[in-house]
Amino acid sequence: MIKNKSILFNKDNLGDCLASAFAKNPQDIIMEIRESNLKGRGGAGFPTGTKWMLAAASLSNKKYVVCNADEGEPGTFKDRVLLAEFPDLVFEGMVLAGYAIGAQKGFIYLRGEYSYLLKQLNEQLEKMVNSNRLGKNILGKGFDFEIEIRLGAGAYVCGEETALIESLEGHRGEARNRPPYPVNTGFMGNPTIVNNVETFVTAAIIMARGGEWFTKLGTGKSKGNKLISVSGDCDDPGVYEVPFGITINELLKMVKAKNAKAVQVGGASGYCACSNEFERQISFEDLSTGGSIIIFNQSRDMLHILRNFMEFFVEESCGQCTPCRIGNVKLLEGVEKIEQGDCSLSYLKELIELGKTMKIASKCGLGQSSPNPFISIMTNFEQEIFSQR
Amino acid sequence: MDKIVKDNRAPVSQKPLVMAKVDKDSIGATVGIEINGNPYKVMLGTTILEACRENNIHVPSLCYHEDLCLAGVCRVCVVEVEGMGTLQAACTFPIINKIKVHTTSEKVRKARRHVLDLMLSEHYGECYSCHRNGNCELQKLAKEYGVDSYRFGHVEKRRYQVDRSSYSVVRDMDKCILCKRCVRTCIDLQEVGVLEAINRGDKTKVTTFMDKPLAEVICINCGQCINRCPTAALKANDPSDEIWNVIDDPSKHVVIQTAPSPRAAIGEEFGLPAGTSMTYQMNTALKMIGFDKVFDTDFTADLTIMEEGTELLMRLKKKLVDGDKNVMLPQLTSCSPGWIKYIEHFYPEYLDYLSTCKSPQQMFGSVIKTFYAQEHEIDPANIVTVAVMPCSAKKFECNRPEMDSSGFKDVDYGLTTRELAQMIREAGLYLPDLPAGNFDDPFGDASGAGLIFGATGGVMEAALRTAYELVTGRTVPFENLDILPCRGFNGVKQASVKLENVKPEWSFLEGVDLNFMIAHGTANAKKVMEALVKGELSNIHFIEVMACPGGCLGGGGQPIPTSPEIRKKRAEAIYQEDAGLPVRKSHENPHIAYIYEKFLKDGPCGHLSHKLLHTHYVKRGKFIG
Repeated sequence: MIKNKSILFNKDNLGDCLASAFAKNPQDIIMEIRESNLKGRGGAGFPTGTKWMLAAASLSNKKYVVCNADEGEPGTFKDRVLLAEFPDLVFEGMVLAGYAIGAQKGFIYLRGEYSYLLKQLNEQLEKMVNSNRLGKNILGKGFDFEIEIRLGAGAYVCGEETALIESLEGHRGEARNRPPYPVNTGFMGNPTIVNNVETFVTAAIIMARGGEWFTKLGTGKSKGNKLISVSGDCDDPGVYEVPFGITINELLKMVKAKNAKAVQVGGASGYCACSNEFERQISFEDLSTGGSIIIFNQSRDMLHILRNFMEFFVEESCGQCTPCRIGNVKLLEGVEKIEQGDCSLSYLKELIELGKTMKIASKCGLGQSSPNPFISIMTNFEQEIFSQR
Repeated sequence: MDKIVKDNRAPVSQKPLVMAKVDKDSIGATVGIEINGNPYKVMLGTTILEACRENNIHVPSLCYHEDLCLAGVCRVCVVEVEGMGTLQAACTFPIINKIKVHTTSEKVRKARRHVLDLMLSEHYGECYSCHRNGNCELQKLAKEYGVDSYRFGHVEKRRYQVDRSSYSVVRDMDKCILCKRCVRTCIDLQEVGVLEAINRGDKTKVTTFMDKPLAEVICINCGQCINRCPTAALKANDPSDEIWNVIDDPSKHVVIQTAPSPRAAIGEEFGLPAGTSMTYQMNTALKMIGFDKVFDTDFTADLTIMEEGTELLMRLKKKLVDGDKNVMLPQLTSCSPGWIKYIEHFYPEYLDYLSTCKSPQQMFGSVIKTFYAQEHEIDPANIVTVAVMPCSAKKFECNRPEMDSSGFKDVDYGLTTRELAQMIREAGLYLPDLPAGNFDDPFGDASGAGLIFGATGGVMEAALRTAYELVTGRTVPFENLDILPCRGFNGVKQASVKLENVKPEWSFLEGVDLNFMIAHGTANAKKVMEALVKGELSNIHFIEVMACPGGCLGGGGQPIPTSPEIRKKRAEAIYQEDAGLPVRKSHENPHIAYIYEKFLKDGPCGHLSHKLLHTHYVKRGKFIG
């Protein structure tokens, strides 16, 4: 459940999101989402309205809506809460997205580890079909839409939208070349939008409460509130709804964290902030996150933490592109060298440069973000790490 | 499932770009772009790499290959596109708007160098002990970027065992850099699907079904993967040491036959442009190396035409006149051992459609160890036959247990063009400088019909030149005997020739349209076979199939690299040589008349022919135990 008092994810007096959406025509739905300035909640922050508009503009008689529920970023568990507590809004968000772009079918790509939710989600789907909110001629609007749940098999890379589509098609989970983007060449070569669970829920709520209401929350470039999953060294971990713009210090206070030394914002692939950065904000313009916040207190060994992250990326790289497949191994070997007191500062500098190359030369978001913890921890905690060895 | 998956096993990520549907009229068919500050106009949808190469701007690449679908995985070709936060792979980025590209900026150079350093850190071995030394794309890039140390280390110990199980293809995964060109060749270009990547991250490797040795899976030995491997991870099974041994053994009479395609391509191994014919210099080289006799495989290509053409006419008679239901038409050619293994694995129920003729290589082997041995009074036990072929599958073919109709192993060794070039180098010879030399009698002169076997459509053209004349008594109604519908590189070609005013003995063929098809590359063969299975080819009489793209001239034993342009040049060399030969029809080759008079006395498809020149096939299927 969401631990603090929710403003956005609050069903009180919410009304019927789907009916509110269906009262508009498809173009107006997209316009409303664009006006809300909603940005993708998976972490990358692509404007949702723009994505939907591009898909709507693609010429094709087959289009797809995909809900990315492959919540694999270490330290993220807010989509699990949404799927358990707001499944109706997840599905309604997908239906109205399908209505807006002209799609006939939706998929939920559900993380394999969340298979225990399957029964409950299927019951919800059945309920919606029975109440004419899914299936043929939804709410009498002459619009047909079906939703199918597909299970992932545990690959982190399948959270990347094009790898997810490959996996949906039955292939190896490997990212595609972009462009062309899924909005015109997605599932089976057809226009496809892939959005995060939270994005769909938020879109549904925007339909009921209005885009303008939504823009009153958050900061200049980061509208709305965001769900975050807080874990690590604090007394009150869990899922919280926070306004964009909240500082790390405010956040630490909220979750009752004492003696925090570092906060990993955005999961394993995110940025590791040190204590003199705790006045920085959680927002797309400063520290962006798909939802993961991990807190480390003074007792933690930063090199050990980094090793853990790098082991994860070595394991989870899909292995197709050179920078990610071999680069992550080299960064991990670097961590091991430091552990053994065997890494010169010049080689460390070399590895940070390699990390920068990985960020711009890797094929997909995995390799482009996997060096983040290495670079931020090695930059922010270099002295600490070397003085301990 | 939608069409895309059914048609082709390659994942969408590896398919040619599907362009976004845009209104080309409103934005124009060309786009003005800027590369390194200079303006260029390119066609809408051109990739950055294509645009650069069209305009002579060098961008290095590795996983990109002209014959293959795009992958964009090696990241060697990355360039900077203004306005984009990350570097883009030039090979996959389609130009659909006015972009500004930088191909040599600091970021780009640094990234490419890093990518190379990473690849080298995983690449086992030293260049001087590698057979691709001097012709390795990774080595070339290392030189281009001035790599002078292993910045991120180097593999010191073997991680994989070399797979030498196959007669044809050797796999050394320690040399693999995971560009997946072989995977795309096998799955997408040839649609065989033996090689695929498994596992994830640094455990990724290219392997076979259940990691089985290559000899135990459905590999057809075509060797196309070898031709496209940038390093030495794939190579042909090289018998040259054993061949040197028999050459050095005075008790052995070592005979070599040379196929038409190697001579059109071997010059490339010595730095000559593609399409330089080296037929007669090669003869000299072979003599200098120490082969006792140098024969021309074109002779048995002519013999194949006599046998296969006769077989076709007999099948037509049995089917059309006698109504024999056991006779299968269309007749499929059987010269290409890669194709034979393909049909044995993929269409085992359709082997009766294949001509029973052995390939020219195998016919030659049995003729040498019988007729030639008798005429020259040499004990066939002491004859060693070597075949220079453009092909890796020929190595498997000569080792088939049924290929011993002479009482001995008909062909002892199959040698690829590349391996022969290596032997020539080892003998201290520079091929282009050698004087011309002739083939040896009695199998020296052959017809142009035998020669054009090297190009896709060549067997069909040669067969038509003979069959039409046999049936009508007139030459084929095409100018200069050039049957143009048989030529060119379309995947599947179809045409027909009308038989009119036929000789009395062929009266049942009067007015018949002889319908034929030509396919090259097993992906195209698959299309033809699927049509055959559906019963859509009942009006077709004869189909030529070659396993390799372009036919034998694009075979898996030919010089590396290969590309559509290179194969076109090789074909031109072959057709040019055919046009200049005095004899251009198989049945007019005097040595053919001689062998039927002196040895195969009961004529084409007679009893002795059947024993020596025909074979049978194995229903292999796809079950892997």
